[in-house]
Amino acid sequence: MLKQTPLNATHRELGAKMVDFGGWDMPVNYGSQIEEHHTVRSGCGLFDVSHMLPLDIRGANVRAFLRRLVANNVDKLQVSGKALYSCMLNEAGGVIDDLIIYFMDESWFRLVVNAGTAEKDLAWMEKMNAGWGMGLTLTPRRDLAMIAIQGPNATQALNEALPGVDQITATLKPFNAAAMGEMFIARTGYTGEDGFDVMVLAKSAPFFWKALMEAGGKPIGLGARDTLRLEAGMNLYGQDMDETTSPLESGLAWTVDLKTERDFVGRKALEASEVTKQLAGLILLDKGVLRSHQKIHTKNGNGEITSGTFSPTMQQSIALARIPLGIAPGEEVEVEIRDKKLKAKVVKYPFVRNGKVLI
Amino acid sequence: MTIPADLKYTPSHEWVRVEADGTLTVGITHHAQDLLGDMVFIETPAAGRTLAKGEECAVVESVKAASDVYAPVAGEGIAANADVEASPESVNKDAYAAWMFKMKVANAGDVAELLDAAAYQKLVESEAH
Repeated sequence: MLKQTPLNATHRELGAKMVDFGGWDMPVNYGSQIEEHHTVRSGCGLFDVSHMLPLDIRGANVRAFLRRLVANNVDKLQVSGKALYSCMLNEAGGVIDDLIIYFMDESWFRLVVNAGTAEKDLAWMEKMNAGWGMGLTLTPRRDLAMIAIQGPNATQALNEALPGVDQITATLKPFNAAAMGEMFIARTGYTGEDGFDVMVLAKSAPFFWKALMEAGGKPIGLGARDTLRLEAGMNLYGQDMDETTSPLESGLAWTVDLKTERDFVGRKALEASEVTKQLAGLILLDKGVLRSHQKIHTKNGNGEITSGTFSPTMQQSIALARIPLGIAPGEEVEVEIRDKKLKAKVVKYPFVRNGKVLI
Repeated sequence: MTIPADLKYTPSHEWVRVEADGTLTVGITHHAQDLLGDMVFIETPAAGRTLAKGEECAVVESVKAASDVYAPVAGEGIAANADVEASPESVNKDAYAAWMFKMKVANAGDVAELLDAAAYQKLVESEAH
């Protein structure tokens, strides 16, 4: 039995093509994935991301707990509502999950974790909570739905759908959140466009979704979510990194704080490890489509594509690949596709941000 | 009308039109393009290529996935559709107009073994459950 979000019936009414997405019954598209992709780059798209789990951690020691739990430094969060992207590592320095942490007050932080890893994450956090004697309360918020409103017209659509929210959206900076009654409004996203992740009570979600559609928002499936995030150069857990890969070889060194003396899970392993690989952007020069697990040949040895797709914005195939160090942007590599070796160019990603191609 | 009655079909979702001269025109069905989603890349077999029954001879790639197209019977490729390679989305617009390749048939008897529209309809329905 697949799990359903509070918007399941809404997707079906809209004629979505539903798929089994890691145990969740989710919309992959509502017609054309490519049209949906363009809508987010030029207008306003709505995504049901209620399969992801908001998690409230409360207690006096919550900041101390997160200092040890995650690789990024929560001491960067000093203003209420500020958000931080981080990996949560195991003792070997592998990535258990990537997550967003919102600082609300000194006894309350809110985390958002991936759907497929939610149970594993929660078990890990409870184990650390007990082991470190932190005495915190961890509350999974399955009573909340989460809707991502993304694109250059996102603010306009949200303002129109939710009277009073313009007071918040007028001043809310990227990677910040604010509470509005029972709602939680964060200026975050996974598309490379301006936009919001909004949490609402599950029972209110279908009504809110319809109001957003009346305000010009178009429903977007998880298919376009993947092409949008890849163009934006954002990692996908389980593809670009997992428990067996180091964040330092996954393009995530910027999220690992080694500057302070802070002791966090996985730090010793990371500092003892030798970094030999990098996550690089690729553009296919020949015709075809880059896909995950295709083999890469470079002058310094082999690598592998972790995420690949056809970029609707660039009209060519792009990928993230884990390749040896010492291969610089501008260099050519070979990709094995079926029985052929095709040419690809290494590039600095992101590929697309705010509707513009950066390559 | 997503399964035209005048065409033949394979269990791997190719449609086959038997032309007056006995050659075959091959594409993928409406159902197949619907499963794959927006097409972005198509590669068709070279003319003159010998094809075994069930041989992978064309590739269709959507934003979502790559999928092989198989030779419906044994024979030889005689033409490929350059238009679908140039405009992969034409397969999404009309799967039965956007043919991939034409072929000569090695054994005329093989064509009789292809599915008719009713049999293919049943196959699609059974896969939906």
